[in-house]
Amino acid sequence: MTRTDPLDVPRPDAQLHLGVFFQGVNHWTIWSDPASGSQIDPANFRRVAQTAERGLFDAFFLGEGLRLREVDGLIHDLDVAGRPDALTQLAALAAVTDRIGLVSTSNTTFNEPADLARRLSGLDLLSEGRAGWNVVTTDNAWTGANFRRGGYLDHADRYRRAEEFLTVARALWDSWEDGVVSGSAGAPAWAALGAVRQVRHQGPQFDVDLAPTLPRSAQGHPVIFQAGDSGEGRDFAARNADVIFSAHGNDFDDALAFADDLRRRLRAVGRPDDDLRILPGTEIIIGATEEEAQEKKRWIRLQQVTPATALGIAGLLWRLDLSGRDADGPLPKEDPVVAENDGSFGARRIVDPRQVVAEWREKADANRWSLRETVIALGPQRGHVGTPAGLADKFAHFVRHGAVDGFNVTPYLIPDGLDDIVDLLVPALQERGVYRTEYTGTTLREHLDLRAPLTHRSTTDHRQAG
Amino acid sequence: MSGPALRLALEIDGDGAHPASWRRSAHSPDHLLTPRRVARVAAGAENAGFTLLTLEDGALPPGATPDAVGRIGAVERAAFIAASTSVVGVAPVVPLTYAEPFHVSSQLASLDHISVGRAGWVVSEETRAEAASVWGRPLVDGAEARALESRDGVEVVRALWDSWEDDAVIRSVATSRYLDRDRLHYVDFTGDTYAVKGPAIVPRPPQGQLVVLGQPDRVPAGQLDIALVEGRDLAAVGASAATAGTPRVFAEVEVALDTADATAEERVADLERHAPWSDRGRLRHIGSAAGLAALLGELRGVVDGVRLHPLVLDEDLPELSRLVLPHLFERRHAVRPLPGASLRTHLGLDRPANRYAAAAAQEDAR
Repeated sequence: MTRTDPLDVPRPDAQLHLGVFFQGVNHWTIWSDPASGSQIDPANFRRVAQTAERGLFDAFFLGEGLRLREVDGLIHDLDVAGRPDALTQLAALAAVTDRIGLVSTSNTTFNEPADLARRLSGLDLLSEGRAGWNVVTTDNAWTGANFRRGGYLDHADRYRRAEEFLTVARALWDSWEDGVVSGSAGAPAWAALGAVRQVRHQGPQFDVDLAPTLPRSAQGHPVIFQAGDSGEGRDFAARNADVIFSAHGNDFDDALAFADDLRRRLRAVGRPDDDLRILPGTEIIIGATEEEAQEKKRWIRLQQVTPATALGIAGLLWRLDLSGRDADGPLPKEDPVVAENDGSFGARRIVDPRQVVAEWREKADANRWSLRETVIALGPQRGHVGTPAGLADKFAHFVRHGAVDGFNVTPYLIPDGLDDIVDLLVPALQERGVYRTEYTGTTLREHLDLRAPLTHRSTTDHRQAG
Repeated sequence: MSGPALRLALEIDGDGAHPASWRRSAHSPDHLLTPRRVARVAAGAENAGFTLLTLEDGALPPGATPDAVGRIGAVERAAFIAASTSVVGVAPVVPLTYAEPFHVSSQLASLDHISVGRAGWVVSEETRAEAASVWGRPLVDGAEARALESRDGVEVVRALWDSWEDDAVIRSVATSRYLDRDRLHYVDFTGDTYAVKGPAIVPRPPQGQLVVLGQPDRVPAGQLDIALVEGRDLAAVGASAATAGTPRVFAEVEVALDTADATAEERVADLERHAPWSDRGRLRHIGSAAGLAALLGELRGVVDGVRLHPLVLDEDLPELSRLVLPHLFERRHAVRPLPGASLRTHLGLDRPANRYAAAAAQEDAR
């Protein structure tokens, strides 16, 4: 990619933001390599968070698990599984990091707002304003089987609940006036009288009446992240979120179309169109030369898509048990089965498996691919591959044209998977003036260059620069 | 008096056991909810030689105006402390009256991983009616109903801790399998009011099961590792200890010590001008460090350990650290925990067998 003259681009001064996602419970995380460390050892969490902090990342993210993945009623055994409770692990990392944001993925379907808001507030105080909350929802009874709340929310209700959940959480976070706690042991009261407000909320989902136990943090309240991709999810983000994760970070035109769409939605709800950071999830593979990077990618894909994983992925598409077949042989001759979705991991929404299988057959025949090669070539594509300089040019182009604000990187190896990015890519980005050379703020909100929380603004604040 | 050496636990919530303790604290009130304060208290207690720190909690404010109304969640504080200490055990108070046992199990198992086997759990109850609103649940009314929720909740949490066998992660490159799914177990709990499927999302805690503490009249003895017993004198404590039926028994002891600036009596009287130190029927020592050391010496043979509740942390912890604990360690009346050991090891408790693995082994033997 050629470098663009900064004067020709819409956002010549735009800065790239990086986050790290530890750690997908999916086949992208390599566990078979000798360099692959424990997925639960606290030392590895510390190592990745501290490496990201050394690389001046905005944030460290943890996903959430509420039920182990299953395929056809059997626990999925091919991928990394087992992880800590996100908020608890992040509270520990608050003690061993200074600047990096700590973002917890926490579910609104199987939590209650007063409890979760308090936990997030606690993380925000213990990290002195570095907490974030990735708001997710669940819509299936299968996950509900682990909860006394149980039950099922349909797709629309889950967002209604999430939105009211956020409203309650924000009311709780805003219930203490700033500076209410006394600065002197000789004061007549621990907190100024009347400065802590009782929160009363009565709505279709929640009926809350209580005195919250925590003040605002250095950043007001936790930064809100969201990852919806449906129209409904994007509107939810436009109304509520500070940052959106997306799956639109590989192809420039696709990323730009997504970003433009979100900017339209932001304007439609009366927010400035630069009020939301767009951080697609991605994988970054770095080599000293383009050839080396491509060779590394081939190796990584073979580690990720083992023969059993290839058969598993194809089995999900065909809805057939293909274990025992030869992954290095041809595609299955059978037609795929069209099955009901029970909500478990194995029942992904594949719109029309017959059409996908037909495409796979055609391309496999044309290229003489085995089943495994077909899965690698045609399965979900992701990530960026290249040299530090090439990737830095590419990312500068993405960010200066407003296609993304940055990336949320998932390392394919724990705990060393970030080292190349921090040691090689970050300096290349810095040389191009598109990445910070030091943290200039202390809070996550400052790192992301965000305005005050949505509930702390008057309409005029919207026009102030971020 | 003789007997085996005591294990020492310390409650470190807020500024101390007295509701007005903030008025005598060495820091200003607005520092209570900061990481530096949380870390400093934990480091002081670890250095003093305590075996276990407990953290009181509840979803509602800990006190009422004019006293402190702010409190960070105990699980979050415990995780932060676990990452900033290396030897001392840490046990948050977590009530199960309304909480989701699946979440509680995950949080506590994570705490044990974070601390590499130094975690415990104090089972408590949410007795205030307003707490139901926090959880969006119907009121759990009456002592019996609350005890039932604790019983079912602890059962689920403990079952989930066992739902992964220790060796469930096999990383079998030859077969492409990360897990051996036969070593993961559905807990399939069904109680009176709810059911939980399992397995856990967190691998089995390093200790197998965390150390579970609670009041023996509120949680079935079979579910507790340590009973926390009360009693205004040694005889009453002894009577409770004798009937606890748990592997270990700790006595609750409230403490106010003489300091260089004021006697214990004066310090208590000063705070009593603002609020009463409510009598919960526990042993209470108001006096000299030597007197406390003597009382604790006498408790050897009656209980296995004590949990101290200092009047004001900033005033009493330095006296405990400087005078009381050294006195006990010198005479081998109490034991200082060793680096590298689990909390269970510090307490002389075995690492429990996994209920599901044990069942599977029995099956194999038939």
